[in-house]
Amino acid sequence: MTAGGATATGLGGHPAAVAIAKRIGVRLIAGVGVLWGAATLSFIALHVTAGDAALSTVAGQGANPTKEVLDQVRRDLGLDQPLYRQYLDYLGRLLHGDLGRSYQQRISVSQAIGEQLGQTVQLAVAAAAVAVLLAIAAAVLTARRRPWRSIASGVELTLSATPTFVIGIVLLIVFSFTLKVLPVSGNDGPRALILPTLTLALPIGAVLAQVLRAELEEVLEQPFILTARTRGMRDTSVRVRRALRHALVQIVTMSGFVVGGLLGGAVITETLFVRQGVGQLMLSAVTTKDIPMVLGLVVFAAFVYVMVNLLVDIAYTLIDPRLVTR
Amino acid sequence: MSALTATDAALPWAGRIRLSPGLILAGLFVAAVVVAALVPQLLAPHDPLEIGTEGAFLPPGGSHLLGTDESGRDVLSRMVYGARPSLVMGLGATAIAITGGTLLGLIAGLGSRLTESIVMRLIDVVLSIPELLLALVVITLAGAGSTNAIFAVAFAGIPSYARIVRAQTHIVRRSTFVEAAAGLGIRRSTVIWRHVLPNAIRPVLVLSTIGVGSAISAGAALSFLGLGAEPPAAEWGDMLSNGLQYISNDWFLVAVPSVTITLTVLSITVLGRELRRRSEGRTA
Amino acid sequence: MTSLLEVAGLKVAFNGTSVVDGVSFTLERGECLALVGESGSGKSVTTRTLVGLPGYGARVHADRLRFDGTDVTGFTDRTWRRVRGARIGFVLQDAMASLDPLRPVGREIADPLALHTTMNRAARAARVRELLDSVGVPEPEVRAAQYPHQLSGGLRQRALIASAIACEPELLLADEPTTALDATVALQVLDLLGSLKGNHSGLLVVSHDLAVVARLADRVAVMKSGRIVETGTTDAVLQDPQHPYTKALLAAVPSAHAKGTRLSAVERPAASASVQDPNPASEPDGKPVLAAVGLRKSFPGPDGVARVAVKDVSLTLRAGETLGIVGESGSGKSTTARLLLGMETPDAGEVLVDGTAWTALTPEQRRAHRRRLQIVYQDPLSSFDPRYTVDRVIGEALGVAGYPRGARRRDRTVELLEMVALDAGYLRRRPLELSGGQRQRVAIARALAAEPEVIVCDEPVSALDVSVQAQILDLLADLQERLRVAYLFISHDLGVVYHASDRVMVMRDGTVLESGDVRNVFTDPQHDYTRELLAAIPRLTTRAAPPPTPLGV
Repeated sequence: MTAGGATATGLGGHPAAVAIAKRIGVRLIAGVGVLWGAATLSFIALHVTAGDAALSTVAGQGANPTKEVLDQVRRDLGLDQPLYRQYLDYLGRLLHGDLGRSYQQRISVSQAIGEQLGQTVQLAVAAAAVAVLLAIAAAVLTARRRPWRSIASGVELTLSATPTFVIGIVLLIVFSFTLKVLPVSGNDGPRALILPTLTLALPIGAVLAQVLRAELEEVLEQPFILTARTRGMRDTSVRVRRALRHALVQIVTMSGFVVGGLLGGAVITETLFVRQGVGQLMLSAVTTKDIPMVLGLVVFAAFVYVMVNLLVDIAYTLIDPRLVTR
Repeated sequence: MSALTATDAALPWAGRIRLSPGLILAGLFVAAVVVAALVPQLLAPHDPLEIGTEGAFLPPGGSHLLGTDESGRDVLSRMVYGARPSLVMGLGATAIAITGGTLLGLIAGLGSRLTESIVMRLIDVVLSIPELLLALVVITLAGAGSTNAIFAVAFAGIPSYARIVRAQTHIVRRSTFVEAAAGLGIRRSTVIWRHVLPNAIRPVLVLSTIGVGSAISAGAALSFLGLGAEPPAAEWGDMLSNGLQYISNDWFLVAVPSVTITLTVLSITVLGRELRRRSEGRTA
Repeated sequence: MTSLLEVAGLKVAFNGTSVVDGVSFTLERGECLALVGESGSGKSVTTRTLVGLPGYGARVHADRLRFDGTDVTGFTDRTWRRVRGARIGFVLQDAMASLDPLRPVGREIADPLALHTTMNRAARAARVRELLDSVGVPEPEVRAAQYPHQLSGGLRQRALIASAIACEPELLLADEPTTALDATVALQVLDLLGSLKGNHSGLLVVSHDLAVVARLADRVAVMKSGRIVETGTTDAVLQDPQHPYTKALLAAVPSAHAKGTRLSAVERPAASASVQDPNPASEPDGKPVLAAVGLRKSFPGPDGVARVAVKDVSLTLRAGETLGIVGESGSGKSTTARLLLGMETPDAGEVLVDGTAWTALTPEQRRAHRRRLQIVYQDPLSSFDPRYTVDRVIGEALGVAGYPRGARRRDRTVELLEMVALDAGYLRRRPLELSGGQRQRVAIARALAAEPEVIVCDEPVSALDVSVQAQILDLLADLQERLRVAYLFISHDLGVVYHASDRVMVMRDGTVLESGDVRNVFTDPQHDYTRELLAAIPRLTTRAAPPPTPLGV
């Protein structure tokens, strides 16, 4: 008999709750650490390029700025302060949600993100849902079922190897230019959301489906699945109610990949479909060398990544009892 | 021969290489791309920059197998000449990313506990930023252009390679065969050099094949966003974003580079996966 | 009266490869039949076919396949589902993997009830408690709410049995039900299974171990390469085996009468003249080559509290002798081996190699010392660099023993392979391309290449089929006779330890309970625990009560 077996008081007992809280606490600290690191890297990048900062701020105002004007701007930006002071101020502002000021747009980065965020969230959430649902459906329906398995994995391989913009272009050519059933671009209404959502979702969903099917097939080989079958459980129930749960435990570890794919893909999708959103904001900031905007967006992306991972981790803890009851 | 010895027969070993049609097609396509990159004049019927006399937006056929673009240049020739920058992007970025990632991963995997946590936390931070955004940051700071694009894509790939190498180093270090080698009385540095390093790096080398495909795709994405090669050089991503302006009238101009990029990435991925499967000892 | 189970001419093939090739047997109510065979004999596939689950991609053909008089060959999955779990219960091996790790065991046990009865949740919960109680699980209420990883191996196996008998099936199939368990626990589980066999139900047990099922079965069917080679009452098969395979299988099991004899039927390899013998004919009581005094070692547990793995272990190993260490999992036998090999540093005590303590050596000297002690692992595959061929594996060890790259090393490699009954044809092979027995031979050859005085054999035959096990044990004995190498032989299997050892140490919870000449310890154990272990050894003897003669056979 194991020591744990003798002392644990069962599911929902006190020790389990403590273990969950402890685990989440550890992850929270790690997440804050990652954000601090991202902020620090961003500060270093800002500082190294700070020489341009004052210049770019006034460059838009026309003629040669005098030294006095530049000094004034430097004071306004806090560039005359000692380095550690600037660093602490920077972190302090971040804590208040202040990501800095855009060189070009004369507004704060947070405000710019705020204005564009809604559109991108709509797109990303829709794409994530479509990707996950497609992946689950494809994996559950085709795992260890010939010949569907090879057909589906061929399609997934092709989709996952196809660059996002190519998928978008193919969809545009088929649905907008040939069939003329869906709009080419814009932000108006749900119909305009369909093609961008698919464009963003298909490559991510294809990768998820491949991983999920591999997991599912491995789980379906496990003795406890055979046990479930020997009890008289039907194949569909075995797949959906037993095996899928195990496979999903693995798929949640892919959340980082999904977030990265969605945010990176949003830049391309929004550009291709000429949609407003954070991705477009990023691209225009890159083309205009708006360094505070770019770095602010990157810190924001890291924040999203950390938050999603934290949520996923909590879900993970709830799915797998082995993590908290030893 | 005893009645019992038959049960201890060796496992059947499928050492023979069986090639599926998909694998052969993928191999042929990659070979064609490599030839196009090395000696484009061999495959290209025209000068990629020459403005043709027969006119712009010619449909496929005749002396222009894939038609002509908005300036009357031969599309096929431009595709052939575009192979080199794409391949340079794929191979260059992957080589840089693998080198950097492997070094970081080995430093973390073999170094002291402090070194390891510093390197790994740094990698965690960088991994929290999506690869494309990371590449965009590099371009913002360093400027657009084909060389910088290679470095941007490479830089974005370093942390994932580092993580794999470090994890693999840990597995190999604790493995029984390393213990067995140490048990023979072999010097620690020799054991690391002879057993740990090759086994820790091997999975990443196999993965790098697939990485070349992803890097080509990422490079094309940067060109598509207008941050890669400068026109009028023939480059697939650039041709694609250029052709996008005429998509409503002549979608063929967009379709050709789209299909080419996809087939290239797909073929490389197919080959890479086969390589990975074989290296893991699976035959099916 | 119809038989409970009638199988005739059963054939199962996967992708054209025949796995079960014309198996026929019957099982009566109130009877226990054992299907015995080594891995790959087709026994598990046969059993699964009996519930319509032969496996992915299987092609099944049977002349007759009747359960309770009903022809099941044409059963659809739908019809099968009404039988599985309700009328036929199935207990798989390794309960850790056979219970869903994400669900409390109570829910697992209730599954057949939910599928086949109209019981509501509360009634099912009550029935689960009753079932757990009946299979001897203490505190059923608590256990039902726990997850498989929170239970011990024995309790998990009992829970699995509870789930199989939940709907009171007429037929119970048990596939290697005790394989993953320690001997004492296995005994209890066997007795539980025996007690379940009622007048109206039949029991089919599958095992690789004749001795295990001898305790339980009325009749035995011996399987080899997809066919049944011999059937008969347990007594008849054990006492008077007819088929050469059964005879060989019985002879291969190390047992009291077989000590000092060869287990496998393979001819002893002729000692080739080229093999030099480093210690020709030394005196029977050789000099001590390895000694330990008062070893103690603890490791921090997951809760940060140190757990003592080994306490106060002392031993002496002389040239040319074999010292066995026997104990169940967690007894500290493997930690002791690692301490002796200098892979771990003891918290207290001293390990002396040829009279010199590990701790007295500089790191440089320690390295040079290592090759005097070699190890053969339970899983040889993981002990080879996956990139290496057999040639390089052995060559590396020879390099350490002072053979520079070249013709001498090559010749010596072939010589070593011949010593372990392999030939030069294996040089280019990779470990993955070898069978389990061949891998273990290569591992032994590598150990010998270093010209050690001591080889630590850590469960060297535990992963092997009994016939291969016999060959490896014989090989080790031959080599010891020729080379005067000392063995430290670690195993959980008392039969194997008895066969292989001159002296033995019995360990539990990190301490040595008793030690001495292996015959003395095994025939006249001083400690209760040793007696308990010995009592749990499955024996190939006739059972006390004569088996009931089944009808119609």
